[in-house]
Amino acid sequence: MSAPAVDSLAASTEKGTWTGKLRERAVEALPPDRLLPDRQPAYVASWAYVFGALTIGAFIVVLLSGAVLAVEGPAWWHKSNAGLFVNSTHLWGTEFFFMFMVVHLWAKFFMAAWRGRRKATWITGVIAFAVSIGTAFTGYLSQQNFDSEWIGTQAKDGINSTGAGAFWNVLNFGQMLMWHIVLLPLLVVLLIGIHVLLVRRRGVVPPFAPTQAQLAKAGLALSGAATTPAAAPLFEELPSQQALAGLVEPRLQEPPPAEQPVTTEPSAQEPTSQEPSTPEPVAQTPTLPQPAPDAPAAKEPPAPEPAAQESLWHLPEDES
Amino acid sequence: MGDTAISGGFNLLAALVHLGGTGKYISWGAVQISLANLIVILVMIVMLVAAIVLPFPRHETRRK
Repeated sequence: MSAPAVDSLAASTEKGTWTGKLRERAVEALPPDRLLPDRQPAYVASWAYVFGALTIGAFIVVLLSGAVLAVEGPAWWHKSNAGLFVNSTHLWGTEFFFMFMVVHLWAKFFMAAWRGRRKATWITGVIAFAVSIGTAFTGYLSQQNFDSEWIGTQAKDGINSTGAGAFWNVLNFGQMLMWHIVLLPLLVVLLIGIHVLLVRRRGVVPPFAPTQAQLAKAGLALSGAATTPAAAPLFEELPSQQALAGLVEPRLQEPPPAEQPVTTEPSAQEPTSQEPSTPEPVAQTPTLPQPAPDAPAAKEPPAPEPAAQESLWHLPEDES
Repeated sequence: MGDTAISGGFNLLAALVHLGGTGKYISWGAVQISLANLIVILVMIVMLVAAIVLPFPRHETRRK
């Protein structure tokens, strides 16, 4: 949706109504093209970025199989072949949900994914992880077999020692079942929803800016503010989102006129463009990486494509 | 004949490891972990490394 269309959508409110104000704020915070982008920046073209979506996929399997179990009940999931199958699907969906979520957490930790005003995204993810553990725990207590009895009796003393055992009784099957199928799933859905909306609002975290040594190895060089120290610390902030965009997405820009530096104003269709209030400093307008004098000819940037021919993934031509 | 085929199918689908027996645990000093959990953790590490190392397929989809 074009910017004028979003503006008209946000502005077409009846003055003074809370629904109009709410819609206006919602559209301003999360315009439709950012809520459901059809393009992604180049650095997202990596398997390391798929585990969040895989986690949501596994979570959907868990929700659907859990709904079927709720329809039929314990006698069905313990005694019939179909019930055992759905019960196992629920269990293995949970196993994959946690496996994908932990790998997602590891990847985001090593990316320092809280950079660029993404602290709330990180925190909601961590809370969703913790609540998911509680949801899985109450699920083990709701199996209605010897395993759940053993887990409940073993956990009782531990929960009592925290003081929560007075109102949260792991030996109370009805209470644990309600927490497992109503309260905690609602909370997990809410947290994951907020987490995903924050990802859409702030954009996917970009990789760290390359060091001079890395650029030199690739036969590239940065100038101005985009230049980073040779030994950049692990949690160094990016010089600017614009500088990185100029580095990894040269094809996203309009073909520059001859003899003029390439500007790095975010494109109107750039889904990860930062908000105007993003505090990351832009000290200078960076230029596109220029090949070093001794760089091989293969590093020469390709001829820019027309805007109508842009590919879905904006991969740089550098095949390092 | 039919029963034999169904039985053979179940045998093919059966787990390679007997899942109904006593769990196997690995102890290292004060650290103790079940073999199943250790395998899951190793699989997750392999997935992370593979996700970083393996190239991502290019999408040549063009916008119309």
